[in-house]
Amino acid sequence: MDANDSPPARLGRFVEAFGSVTEAAASAREPHWMLAIRKAGLARFADQGLPTLRHEDWRFTNLAPIEALPFRPLPRPEPRAVTVADLDRLPLAGMSGLRLVFVDGHFEPELSRIEALGEQIQVCSLSQTLRTDGAWLEQQLASWHEGQDRAFRALNDAYCTDGMVLRVPAGVAVAEPIHAVFLSSGSEAGLASHPRNVLVAEANSQVTVVEQYASLGGAATFTNTLTQLVAGEGAQVEHVRFQDEGPEAFHMGALRAVAAGSAQLAAHSFALGARLSRQNIGLTLAGPGLEAILNGLYVTTEKRLADHHMVVDHAQPHCASHEYFNGILSGQSRGVFHGRILVRPGAQKTDAKQTNKNLLLSSSASVNTKPQLEIYADDVKCTHGATIGQLNPESVFYLRARGLPIETARRMLIHAFAGEIIDRVRCGPIRQALDRLVWDRLERDAQVRLDASRPHD
Amino acid sequence: MRRAGEALAITMEDRLKMEPILDIRNLEAGVDDRAILKGINLTILPGEVHAIMGPNGSGKSTLASLLAGREGYQVTQGSVTYLGQDLLALNPEERARAGVFLAFQYPVEIPGVNSTYFLKAALNEVRKHRGLPEVDAIEFLSLVKDRIRLLELNEDLLKRAVNVGFSGGEKKRNEIFQMAVLEPTLAVLDETDSGLDIDALRVVANGVNRLRRPDRSALVITHYQRLLNHIVPDRVHVLMNGRIVRSGGKELALELEERGYDWIMPTEPVAA
Repeated sequence: MDANDSPPARLGRFVEAFGSVTEAAASAREPHWMLAIRKAGLARFADQGLPTLRHEDWRFTNLAPIEALPFRPLPRPEPRAVTVADLDRLPLAGMSGLRLVFVDGHFEPELSRIEALGEQIQVCSLSQTLRTDGAWLEQQLASWHEGQDRAFRALNDAYCTDGMVLRVPAGVAVAEPIHAVFLSSGSEAGLASHPRNVLVAEANSQVTVVEQYASLGGAATFTNTLTQLVAGEGAQVEHVRFQDEGPEAFHMGALRAVAAGSAQLAAHSFALGARLSRQNIGLTLAGPGLEAILNGLYVTTEKRLADHHMVVDHAQPHCASHEYFNGILSGQSRGVFHGRILVRPGAQKTDAKQTNKNLLLSSSASVNTKPQLEIYADDVKCTHGATIGQLNPESVFYLRARGLPIETARRMLIHAFAGEIIDRVRCGPIRQALDRLVWDRLERDAQVRLDASRPHD
Repeated sequence: MRRAGEALAITMEDRLKMEPILDIRNLEAGVDDRAILKGINLTILPGEVHAIMGPNGSGKSTLASLLAGREGYQVTQGSVTYLGQDLLALNPEERARAGVFLAFQYPVEIPGVNSTYFLKAALNEVRKHRGLPEVDAIEFLSLVKDRIRLLELNEDLLKRAVNVGFSGGEKKRNEIFQMAVLEPTLAVLDETDSGLDIDALRVVANGVNRLRRPDRSALVITHYQRLLNHIVPDRVHVLMNGRIVRSGGKELALELEERGYDWIMPTEPVAA
């Protein structure tokens, strides 16, 4: 690293802002262990800084634009003119059930819909849990080793303000999906929020959680969210992350999941927004006989970039993990996919499958894809593959030859490609809402239409 | 705007006075620099069924593709007039809405696009063009059920994605089913008989015959004569090396079946 590029100088403002965090923590009477986590996070971050293109895991995603932004964390909530009507205009607004709303990283009880779920199901905010159930939370926060999201994890440790905490006791099934909305007011450039979500589904419980990230204003904001998820033995968990932030926003998201034996975990990532987004997904299959699906769709336009980085760790035998990621790229946008499946010694009878398919709608869109298998067991079934292609001209012609306009023909085919991923969402209301949304976006998206009218090479 | 088919009983004399449905004049076309069609002349009057026969590579499918507007072909000479308008100036969807239907030789599988949804959208495009209101779900369903019986297809295929998981024969029957729903003025059947067993052939032919009307025409492209036992053509043309080298009545097909293509020599010398 260059001498004049040393972390403290480059990262000064990330460190300087910390004073306001300690003040806010003191006035909120945060437990001292939380402050210790924050300080340790800050120290780790200052030590390493943001990854650069020289880091193997970040070769295709340049974080310089984030570094160039001002850094404005909001340790204390500020009054924001966000109303229920604003929320009602967002996709998924029609979903019934619980809704936790966070604005610029802070819980907004007035905008939320919380009712008691009974059976000791806990759904609340992290800030509240700090006060009411500190010991349990400390244990949860401390139990996480670092993954490929080291720098952002450290920054999240230091600056996290709030998030969703969910604890489903053993054997309990939560009927309706739990919906968390992380809204960025988008009012000024560099506004940074660091949601931290702790989701624990104990043995044989069932729950569906959707995290939705959206922006109201168009400023270049920065979201650095981290969700830790534990699926206990035999638990059935569906997790949906729906990233739909504004066109100038920067979004770093991590999902760190550990599943125990016989659990069924489906984690979906829909990346439709933001100027630059990255999802770090780390999944540890920690018990035998479990099934995991990692499923993702990214849709990028103009000069945007969507990056998915996954590590699936098969630590135990008789587990199945299937990854399906489809990308739809137009304009000069870029997609990055990195999927690594690690099969440890002893993880026999592993059934791992990884597929990344990309649809390039313009000649200037591009994708870097790297599916990777690392196998240390000898009795396994592992496959991986990646494709990059255009719409099949024969399919377009077939639809046109029946009278459909070229735009509709292309939209149907693009929608069908997206549908491969959307259809894997088990929760009906979420699946239907996303399906409608993607269809509407394709219709509205000037870039897709523009590309459609241009013969492609 | 032309109104066709007002009278059901049409004499040959009336027919000659009618505007052709399709009028191809001296059509030359190819791919890249390779000439495939080398001067095609063909006139199809309302109500007529014409058959084009010919050996592999003679240009049969190129002609079908050109009529439907498939990209990748260059027309270097000649004209194609459909109901008085320049067909080649229209894009594929405009041709379809104007009543040109191509039954594909190899119908493509389109995963994720539901058959019913697709066909309803197609029908409504055609109806919009004809100035008719869109069909609602109930009307559409009853139409579709009627036509699907005609083709002896399982209603279940309406729930599936377009052509996905269909057998070869189902794909071909599905083409004619779509045709029966869209009711085109000019149907172009591109080797619809290939890969069909005799029962499926009869079903497909029956579907085509049921759609015959004095104001509709069909161009049946086939390699073999057997389809023409079921769909009886008014005219048979032999296409060889990019030219129609012989035309005649339905007997010509039988003669071809008996004697093969070799006995026909081009009536004019092939340009070097």
